[in-house]
Amino acid sequence: MSDQAADRPAGAPRVVLVDDHGLFRSGVRAELGTRVQVVGEADDVAPAIELIGQTLPDVVLLDVHLPGGGGQAVITEVKRDHPDVKFLALSASDAPEDVIAVIRAGARGYVTKTISTADLADAIKRVADGDAVFSHRLAGFVLDAFASAPALDAVKPSFDPELDQLTTREREVLRLIAQGYTYKEVARELFISGKTVESHVSSVLRKLQLSSRHQLTRWAAERRLT
Amino acid sequence: MPGSGSAGNHGYVQEPREQPWPPFRFASGPGGPGMSDDPHWHGAGWQGQPPRHHGAGRQGQPPRHGEVPDWVMHRARQWRQRGDGEPLRRDPDDRLIGGIAAGLGEWRGFSPNTVRIALAVAALISDGWAVPFYVLGWLLIPVKGQETTIAQRARHDSRGVVLALALSSLLAVFLFLAGALNDTAIAGFCWPQVFSLAGVVLIWRNAPDSERAGMQRLVQPLESLGTSGKAAKRATRLRIAGAAVLLAIGLGWLFSLHGGLALLKPLGGFLFAAAGLVLLLGPWWLRIARDLMVERQARARAEERADIASRVHDSVLQTLALIQRRADDPQAVVQLARAQERELRSWLFEGRAPGDADVSSFAEGIRQIQRDVEARHGVPVEVVTVGDCPLDEHTSALLGAAREATVNAAKWSGAAVISLFAEVEPDNVNIAVRDRGKGFDPAAVPGDRKGVAESIRGRMSRHGGEAIVQSAPGEGTKVTLTMPRAAGPAAQAAPSEGQRR
Repeated sequence: MSDQAADRPAGAPRVVLVDDHGLFRSGVRAELGTRVQVVGEADDVAPAIELIGQTLPDVVLLDVHLPGGGGQAVITEVKRDHPDVKFLALSASDAPEDVIAVIRAGARGYVTKTISTADLADAIKRVADGDAVFSHRLAGFVLDAFASAPALDAVKPSFDPELDQLTTREREVLRLIAQGYTYKEVARELFISGKTVESHVSSVLRKLQLSSRHQLTRWAAERRLT
Repeated sequence: MPGSGSAGNHGYVQEPREQPWPPFRFASGPGGPGMSDDPHWHGAGWQGQPPRHHGAGRQGQPPRHGEVPDWVMHRARQWRQRGDGEPLRRDPDDRLIGGIAAGLGEWRGFSPNTVRIALAVAALISDGWAVPFYVLGWLLIPVKGQETTIAQRARHDSRGVVLALALSSLLAVFLFLAGALNDTAIAGFCWPQVFSLAGVVLIWRNAPDSERAGMQRLVQPLESLGTSGKAAKRATRLRIAGAAVLLAIGLGWLFSLHGGLALLKPLGGFLFAAAGLVLLLGPWWLRIARDLMVERQARARAEERADIASRVHDSVLQTLALIQRRADDPQAVVQLARAQERELRSWLFEGRAPGDADVSSFAEGIRQIQRDVEARHGVPVEVVTVGDCPLDEHTSALLGAAREATVNAAKWSGAAVISLFAEVEPDNVNIAVRDRGKGFDPAAVPGDRKGVAESIRGRMSRHGGEAIVQSAPGEGTKVTLTMPRAAGPAAQAAPSEGQRR
């Protein structure tokens, strides 16, 4: 692997593609070109887990829907042994509750398959650096999930009530992302630094993953009903 | 018949006579002698009906006027006009036993189930005598599409005749013994079955191959339960032997009873007999239940598949065809693909049927704007909605303003994509329409564009909301619309016309 590392640009993240459509995998691989180093491909849950365990990539580009149990299963399984592997969820179109479930399982972000190549490469780098990547759609889902959670005093207090609500600033950031703003544009709009935007997004991600299961499950149930 | 001198006979002479009566052919087979002289007796008897219409259809013997009352004539005519005019045939496709009920039903235009119920009732009230007649019908009525009856074939089957006689006499002897031990109603019910047994044996040996296959399938569970091989055969033998022993004990117990014995004793007999019956007939019941379940599942699957197929055809396949035809126009292809994606998404994740354009909620109204603008102006609109609420006067006005802002962006900005963000909060509803297009200087807008901007603002302010337009040349444009929810009467009474910016 070290000799492979020699012929790639310095800092290019090592990526594993997990998607059940071979055509899509090869397309992404060709488009990403030298911007990232694709070290492997898998088309289902079990082979993906094995491959990730062998190659230990920086980022796994993961389809939300896989035949053998969904992207969620891959994340849960890999995180147990290799907590350092980061996941970026990617899909064409999915139900909000599925996307939220993948994020809650531990993915560092979610982008749609219509994303441009440059943006995808950028998102992969961001995730590799430990940041969170929210597409406009995910930002909308998250706002929706936290907005429809019942007011704080209406439910029994969880161990950390702060986890169940977004701060005003976080909401503002998410709203702008949902409107298609880039992180840079968000920073300019809110007169804050890019680092601060990233820390807000990471904080939202943390809340999403750690918040009491109760509310988000309920949100998903409500969405399914309507 | 016409011109035979009975012209005044209430239309009886006009009655169509395409086929001879009786509509089936009789053979003087073993079951037949002594009964075939009067076809009407059979025709009526098999339907569990008394032969009331005697003479109503007799060929070559026009009834003399006055011999039969007019109403009987009338009823007879009605009777004969039912059905499809085909001769009576057994229907092998819709049969439970011999296809006689189905055949009768078709012949006279009744539902087969009506006939089946009538036959079952007849069997009960006639102390079982309807059963041998049913078997007789089976022997004497040919299957649809054939002319030979089973009885005709059975005439040449001397071994079958001997076997039938032997088995039925065995049953007769058994019944004699049972009757001697204890005369019960069961024995009375069983006597007619001596004839049925003989008939069934003949049918079994002489049925045409097509029917044979069905009967063999019927008997198959007795032989093995789905599996073959030596072990299965042994198990089957054991099962039948066990059933026979249990049945013999149970029935013997019952028949050996005389009055005045303990009450528990008949119960034991029933238990043994019932256990024997279950052991013997269980496989049939199991298979019938399994067949029913499998069939129901298959039907449900087929319906679902048909539903999905029709939807996919209506939307996806049509779009794919359009895309192929317009492959040289990338703009149109992108537009079609996006419209299809939206439709599929709303069907898969929101349960809305394609083409179902009922706008009843705020979020749905937003998606409607997206659909219309993409279709009319060919610019993709990225929509994110958070929350939802029912439409009222205010939110409708908000939607109208949002539509204008989006159309504006599509027409003037030159942006590749427009972002439409809508959020329903407890107190108000917000919409942001944003593009990264060429933008403009709000201080120096040309008159026509100012008018549009004012119409957005005016619409919002009339309903107590506000509109903010932010733009700069080269920076894109952002229109932010805010409308308070459930605006109180105060907001309606004092509209701050044109004051807010």
